[in-house]
Amino acid sequence: MLTAVDGAVLAVDAAPNPWFDLSYVIDNRESILRLLGEHVRLTVAAVVLGALIALPLAVLARRSRWLAGPVLATSTLIYTIPSLAMFAFVAPVTGLTTTTVLIGLVLYSLVILVRNFLAGLQAVPADVREAARGMGYGPTRLFWQVDMPLALPAFMAGIRVATVSTVALVTVGVIVGHGGLGQLITGGFAANFYRAQIVTGALGCVLLALLADLLLAGAERLLTPWARGVRA
Amino acid sequence: MNHFGDAMRYLNDPFNWTRSDGILDLLAEHLRISTLAVLAAMVVAIPLGMLLGHTGRGGGFSVALSNVSRAVPTLALLTVFAVTPIGFGPTATTIALAVFAIPPMLTNTYVGFRGVDRDVVEAARAMGFSERQVATRVELPLAMPLLMTGVRTAAVQVVATATLAALVAGGGLGRIITLGFRQQDYGAVVAGAILVAALAVLTEVLLVAVSWALTPGEKRLPFLTARRVSGVPEPTAAGVPL
Repeated sequence: MLTAVDGAVLAVDAAPNPWFDLSYVIDNRESILRLLGEHVRLTVAAVVLGALIALPLAVLARRSRWLAGPVLATSTLIYTIPSLAMFAFVAPVTGLTTTTVLIGLVLYSLVILVRNFLAGLQAVPADVREAARGMGYGPTRLFWQVDMPLALPAFMAGIRVATVSTVALVTVGVIVGHGGLGQLITGGFAANFYRAQIVTGALGCVLLALLADLLLAGAERLLTPWARGVRA
Repeated sequence: MNHFGDAMRYLNDPFNWTRSDGILDLLAEHLRISTLAVLAAMVVAIPLGMLLGHTGRGGGFSVALSNVSRAVPTLALLTVFAVTPIGFGPTATTIALAVFAIPPMLTNTYVGFRGVDRDVVEAARAMGFSERQVATRVELPLAMPLLMTGVRTAAVQVVATATLAALVAGGGLGRIITLGFRQQDYGAVVAGAILVAALAVLTEVLLVAVSWALTPGEKRLPFLTARRVSGVPEPTAAGVPL
C-alpha cells in the first residue's frame, strides 16, 4: 500500500527515467526487431548495390587516367555533402520511402568503395599482370585470377568501412521516417526524453556495427587463406 | 524540377534570410556551435596527440578510438548528451560535436609525430634540446601538415554534423530541412539542402586554402598532388560520410 502511494508521488514529481530498462526492451521487442530488420536490410542493400556499381567504375578508372580524376573528384564532393542534405535532395523525388534512404546510402557506400577498389587495383604490381598476360591469360581470367586475389584485402577493408559507416548513417533516415534503430533514438527524444528507448537504439546501432565488422573480418580471413601466416 | 524552382524562390526571398530565425540567424548559430566544438576538441586532442606521439605510446589506443567512433551514430551522441543533466540545447550539441572531432585530430597528430625522422629527433637531443623543445620545435613543425589535415577533416565533419542537431530540435541550418519536411514544403527542404551542402563544401575549400598557406614546407595544393599508388587509400581522407 505504502509503496503504491510512493509510486504515485514519484510519477507526479519525477517519473523514473533509467538509462537502460530490460522490461522496455522485452515489452517492445516486436517493434525493436522490426526496426532492426529495416536497419539490417538497408545496410546490406546499400553496401551490396554500392559494391556492384563501384567495381566496374574502379575498373574503368584504372584503365584511363582521365577517368580516374573525375571519379575521385566526384567522390570527394559526395563525401563532403552532409547526409541530411543528401536525403533532402532525394526526398522530393522519391518521397518518404525507404528508397530515399537507400539511394543516399548507396551513394555514400559507393564513394567509399570506389576509392578502396581503385587503390586496391592500382596496387597490383604491373609485372605480375604482365607475366600473366605473357602466360596467355585473357582479360577476364586476368581480372578474376590475378587482380581480384591481389586486391582482395583492399576490397574487404573498403567493404568493412562502408558497412560500419552505413550502419551509423541509416539513423539519419529518421528524417523520412525510415531510420531503422534511429527511430528509437528520435522516438525516445520525442517521448519526453525517455532514456531507455534512446539508449536501446544507440546501443543497438553500435553493437550491430561491431557485429557486422566482426563477420566481415571473418569472411576476409576465409577468403584470403594465403594472408593468414603472413599477418600472424 | 518544380521543387528546385521553389527552392530558388525560397533562397531569392530576402525575408527568408533576414527575419529572426531566418537563414542568417541559423547560419550564425551553426558557425558558432561548430567553431566552439572544433576549438574545444583541439584543446583536448592536439596536446594529447603530441604527448602520445612524442612518447610513442598509445598508438593502438588512438587507432581503436577512431575505429570505434566510426560505429557510433552522430545522432545517438547528439541525443545522449541532451538527456544527461547538461540538458538539451546548444551546450549538449557542442559537446557531442567536440567528442566527434577528437578522433581525427588525435590520430593525425599522433601519426604526424610518429612520422618524424628519428635521426632528426636524435640530432636535436644531441644538440641539447630538452624533451619539451624536441616536441615543440622539431616534431611539431614537421608534423604540421598532417596535424592541419586532422583539424581540417574534423572541422568539415563538425560543420556537416551540426546539421543533424536539427533532428533532435537543435539549431543550425539543418532546421530549414527538418521544418520543411514537417510542413511538406519541399522547396524549403531543397533550399536547406543546398545551403547545408554549400556550407560544407565552402568550409572544406577554405580550410584547404588556409592550411596550405600556414603549412611550412613544399606548397602543393592537396587536390593537385599526384596520388600515391598503394593498397591503402589516402591515410587521412575524411574516413566516413557524415
